[in-house]
Amino acid sequence: MKHLLFAHHDKFSRTIVLALAILTIGIPLLTLLTPVESVFHCSAYTLSLLGKYLTFALVGLSLDLVWGYCGILALGQGAFFALGGYVMGMYLMRQIGARGVYGNPELPDFMVFLNWQELPWYWLGVNHFGVMLLLVGLVPGLLAWVFGGLAFRSRVTGVYLSIITQALTYALLLAFFRNEMGFGGNNGLTDFKDILGFNCQSEAVRVALFFLSGLALLGSYLLCHAVVHSKLGRVVMAIRDQEARVRFLGYRVELFKLWIFVFAAILAGIAGALYVPQVGIINPSEFSPLNSLEIVIWVAIGGRGTLYGAIIGAILVNYGKTVLTGLLPEAWLYILGSLFVLVTLLLPQGLVGWLRSYTKERSA
Amino acid sequence: MNRQLAQTLAATPLPAIDAMLDTRHGPILYLEDVSVSFDGFKALNHLSLYITTGELRCLIGPNGAGKTTLMDVITGKTRPDSGAVFFGQRIDLLELDEPAIAQAGICRKFQKPSVFEALTVFENLELALHTNKNPWHTLFFCLTPRQRERIDEVLITIGLRNHSQHFAGILSHGQKQWLEIGMLLMQEPKVMLVDEPIAGMTQHEIERTAELLLSLQGQHTIVVVEHDMAFIRTIADKVTVLHEGAVLTEGTMDEIHNDSRVIQVYLGAAC
Repeated sequence: MKHLLFAHHDKFSRTIVLALAILTIGIPLLTLLTPVESVFHCSAYTLSLLGKYLTFALVGLSLDLVWGYCGILALGQGAFFALGGYVMGMYLMRQIGARGVYGNPELPDFMVFLNWQELPWYWLGVNHFGVMLLLVGLVPGLLAWVFGGLAFRSRVTGVYLSIITQALTYALLLAFFRNEMGFGGNNGLTDFKDILGFNCQSEAVRVALFFLSGLALLGSYLLCHAVVHSKLGRVVMAIRDQEARVRFLGYRVELFKLWIFVFAAILAGIAGALYVPQVGIINPSEFSPLNSLEIVIWVAIGGRGTLYGAIIGAILVNYGKTVLTGLLPEAWLYILGSLFVLVTLLLPQGLVGWLRSYTKERSA
Repeated sequence: MNRQLAQTLAATPLPAIDAMLDTRHGPILYLEDVSVSFDGFKALNHLSLYITTGELRCLIGPNGAGKTTLMDVITGKTRPDSGAVFFGQRIDLLELDEPAIAQAGICRKFQKPSVFEALTVFENLELALHTNKNPWHTLFFCLTPRQRERIDEVLITIGLRNHSQHFAGILSHGQKQWLEIGMLLMQEPKVMLVDEPIAGMTQHEIERTAELLLSLQGQHTIVVVEHDMAFIRTIADKVTVLHEGAVLTEGTMDEIHNDSRVIQVYLGAAC
């Protein structure tokens, strides 16, 4: 596996690895080394914004693995992202301690407000950083394992599978809205104070979170690249193209789909956990089916089945979103929708596919 | 499904499966009194068929005679309503699902060539290679020199040596059919089920396919479904005629050709 991490990278892949590495190391270094008034100094706002894009790129990457390589159009990838986010949110809530409005050292404010006397069992342990890290991967992974296990074993495929993944995230949205669930209901989890004892708002923490987001994205990219270039990756692509045929070669198709689905869910969970401290809030709207659809659009625009296409798509679309929702807040959804239609019609391979054929033409 | 048996088969090296199979009594495939119906239509109607180890058997019959359904039953794609299907004396195929049956050594070439077009010829063969096929093992899989040699051997057998690094999608129709036969060989099959191997081939390609199948005869048990009488005459030693989901008659090509019932249902209809 190790030799695969750095093998088989084509020109585009090497470029994206280099760009990510420079970004991940360069921006934090510049910010720490330059004075506040310098143009090279990123403000806390910019750092969080860029960090957020990187976490989005990571969910996009995870979806590309499931959709672009395994052919499962999962419309619920946002659910795994949000679950990872909630685990991080719970950890951060427990760090507030007695500094909450009600000053209860054990219970977060919303539980005091609901007149709860003690922590529900599923909140125990998340105040430990290590346990939280474990759960960030375990919770989305476990859900994906149970859900995917049932769906793939029953041989649910195509649009039916897409619809039930959408239903999954919608069901979670409704569940997390309920106050009795114990996740802060409508308001979600927010007002975080510190992480590992450092102030969440401080520049050092912002820099560290950005760096970790970049590192997570880069590491996951290399890992996904190794996976799709392994024999498992080839089996998965074969499943995408001719599922029934793969069974007659002796592969248990459902186990391979499950492997990819769970792996992608864990990556999405990690992305969510890095996202929450940077935006300072997690609420049920993260489970909204619309979010999951947006992830699909990023990947489609960037170019699916390439891995780096998903990263480029996620960053470009979200940059566009930041700029345009500032200028024309009403128009954004229309623009996003038309972008999706245009890309599907004119660039079925996405931006990356277009770029590839363009460079190929030039060299030929 | 018999999960335990399936798991045992998946982890068993091929020679050990030989011992489990027990073909001392001759037949390697037993189908007894098998019936399959789809919405009242009897695709197979109390069919019994025995295939002997090492033989090359041809199955013919008019459309709807049940040839493809028969292959579906043997490979686990379709469950019969009644009857027994055994692989050797001991392995009950009705207890196994498609991957387990494939791992046990019953491999199938489909009517429509179904190779993986996004992968190279070499990679197609590598996927078919008989080895442990669980996800973790597959993730860390590396070809051994012996396995690489085996792929090269098969590339030569199917005449695609010069195409090994080409994507399967750019092969001609005939070459795709050969690649699929090559994929069967990589699976180290005991029984090869070959559905319409020469459909859409040129005369030259047909001749080469006949040579290929004849060269494999003896090392593997081969069951060929085909419509082309001239082709069957070239390769067959024993022909089974199916009609309305049951065996009409069995014999050499000449016997079949002179059988009045066969002429009536099949050859007669074609003339």
